[in-house]
Amino acid sequence: MIQYIVRRFLSSLPVLFGILLVTFTLARVIPGDPCRAILGERATQEVCDRFIREKGLDRPILVQFWVYLGEIARGDFGQSFRYSMPVTRLLVERLPTTLELSFAALSVAMVIGIPLGILAAVRHNSWIDVLTMIWANIGVSMPVFWLGLMLAYVFSLLLKDTSFWLPPSGRLTPGVPDTPFYEVWNLSFPENGFLAGLYVFISRLNILNALLTANWILLKDAIQHLILPALALGTIPMALIARITRSAMLDVLGQDYIRTARAKGLPYHAVVFKHAFRNSLIPLVTVIGLSLGSLLGGAVLTETIFGLSGVGRTLYDAITARDYGIVQAFTVVIAIIFVIINLIVDISYAYLDPRIRLR
Amino acid sequence: MEEKKQVTSLDAEALSLRPMNLWQLAWRRLFRRRSALAGLAILGVLVFIAMTADWLAPYDPNLSMLDVENYPHEYAKRRVPPCIHLFGCPREQPQHLAGLDGNIRDEFSRLLFGARLSLIIGFSTVTFAIVIGTILGAVSGYFGGWIDNIIMRIMDVLLSFPSLLLAIAIVTVLGPGLINALLAIGIVSIPAYARVMRASVLSVREMDFITATRAIGGSDALILFSRILPNAFTPLIVQGTLGIASAILDAAALSFLGLGAQPPTPEWGSMLGAERNQVFTAPHLVFLPGLAIMLTVLSFNLLGDGLRDALDPRLAHEH
Repeated sequence: MIQYIVRRFLSSLPVLFGILLVTFTLARVIPGDPCRAILGERATQEVCDRFIREKGLDRPILVQFWVYLGEIARGDFGQSFRYSMPVTRLLVERLPTTLELSFAALSVAMVIGIPLGILAAVRHNSWIDVLTMIWANIGVSMPVFWLGLMLAYVFSLLLKDTSFWLPPSGRLTPGVPDTPFYEVWNLSFPENGFLAGLYVFISRLNILNALLTANWILLKDAIQHLILPALALGTIPMALIARITRSAMLDVLGQDYIRTARAKGLPYHAVVFKHAFRNSLIPLVTVIGLSLGSLLGGAVLTETIFGLSGVGRTLYDAITARDYGIVQAFTVVIAIIFVIINLIVDISYAYLDPRIRLR
Repeated sequence: MEEKKQVTSLDAEALSLRPMNLWQLAWRRLFRRRSALAGLAILGVLVFIAMTADWLAPYDPNLSMLDVENYPHEYAKRRVPPCIHLFGCPREQPQHLAGLDGNIRDEFSRLLFGARLSLIIGFSTVTFAIVIGTILGAVSGYFGGWIDNIIMRIMDVLLSFPSLLLAIAIVTVLGPGLINALLAIGIVSIPAYARVMRASVLSVREMDFITATRAIGGSDALILFSRILPNAFTPLIVQGTLGIASAILDAAALSFLGLGAQPPTPEWGSMLGAERNQVFTAPHLVFLPGLAIMLTVLSFNLLGDGLRDALDPRLAHEH
């Protein structure tokens, strides 16, 4: 198993190198003069020359790439021109929003999608099956941004005076106390850059922070703000998961060993969950892994609609403003997360199906 | 090849007296699936609308009602909700099935013209991606070795970005606009076709009829294009149909973000994006374009799924 993991890890290194190369190139070929984009249209040639020298943009492109690789290896993504702060800090502040959103969306997708898929397979050709499949087909066809806006319309406007009302934007209601856990626990803020980053990162994960500090008002508010974006973002994966669970279960339920298990007198639910569901996990894991990737893309749209300043929205703003530092760093981080997810998916294959390890 | 499929499939039609080829069989099976039929029906309506939009649309999609002759000016206001006479809208108010948009244009006409644009977007991006992807995949699978390695690693890198983000990045490099957005989506979807084609080539490459072609002196190009390509056709068609669905979704998303079609083009994504801040006051301007996108994408998804089942000989006797 360990050998398999190492082998799989090594084979993803060339892809990582390619990603770094692509993001570096993309940031360089974005048209427009970075100096004037950042310092304003009226920056003089002299100021611009100094700016370009300071940022090392006048050096040969290969040297720039080499320097860039070295910086990334040290976890230093440089400065953001626009926000004039280290990109790493920006990342630490914005990534929690996106992670929280993605995890919430995926949880919604799995908690609803998997049972629906199982139910549809077990009651094959019943009305539950038909309805699930109709819903799944509609679900994968919905534009994320449209669904988000319609949800906001229904839950924030139509249900305004009911207890189903949900906030249409933002992460928290202004005024809700969100004291970071390290202040509640009387920890001194660490000097060490990495630890400090970790502290900020955790405290920005509102739900985790609320749980750590037993702040139930914060918890309720954070969850209320998360429901609509998570539903919007989670619907496509939910539909995909329901569909794949159903077809994988149908495949497995038709096999001989299931009949044998039933014949030897095992109760039906034991057969479904212990024998059938386990063997339909491989396609399910594939789809979940793939959906995580599309979640990161969909996050740009969801964050735009619900006014969340997460990684997706920041990256979009940075691309349009030609902020090299952010574009490079954020795409690299997203792509690395993507590669890691694929790695985890492959490793879980090997765990679920021991035959794969031997190949 | 076709003869063989017919015999191995256990379909009732295959055993009937009149011989049928793969495509006739596929059509039969496609027509037996209700979901595929629904997809085909929606698509038919869309194609009809796209072709006759000039004639169906009550107004010019880019014309403000203020510039229409004899139009009662007291009704020419921004974002008027739909007015349908049949449903009790006062007779003196001009009928607008989908209301007016933020620039006092007839939303219904814009929606109709949007169908044309969406279909063009879907077909053109996928055609582009299929052509390039097929060539890359074919070369990669046929020649193998380092060529294969280089091409497929590049595809891996492309696949390791969320497709929408990569498309956004490419559009930024090329500059916003519908054509550039289409190019970006096309580039992003190349790897899928390259992989499908490569897999088909690998599965066919070692077969006897290829060796035979080579033995009688067939060139690499002949083998690739007239022996291998036809055999990879069915998976490409299925992938392509589903690809159109995701291309339309991605194009709408890019336009929504302001990177694709630019106003006043009647593109559903950009129509929706332009009015998104008015969702609470004029929901029809958000709901209807989105519904149109969803129906179009749905039709291609249903059709693609249906085609996959209909063209798969292993599923011949399943329903």
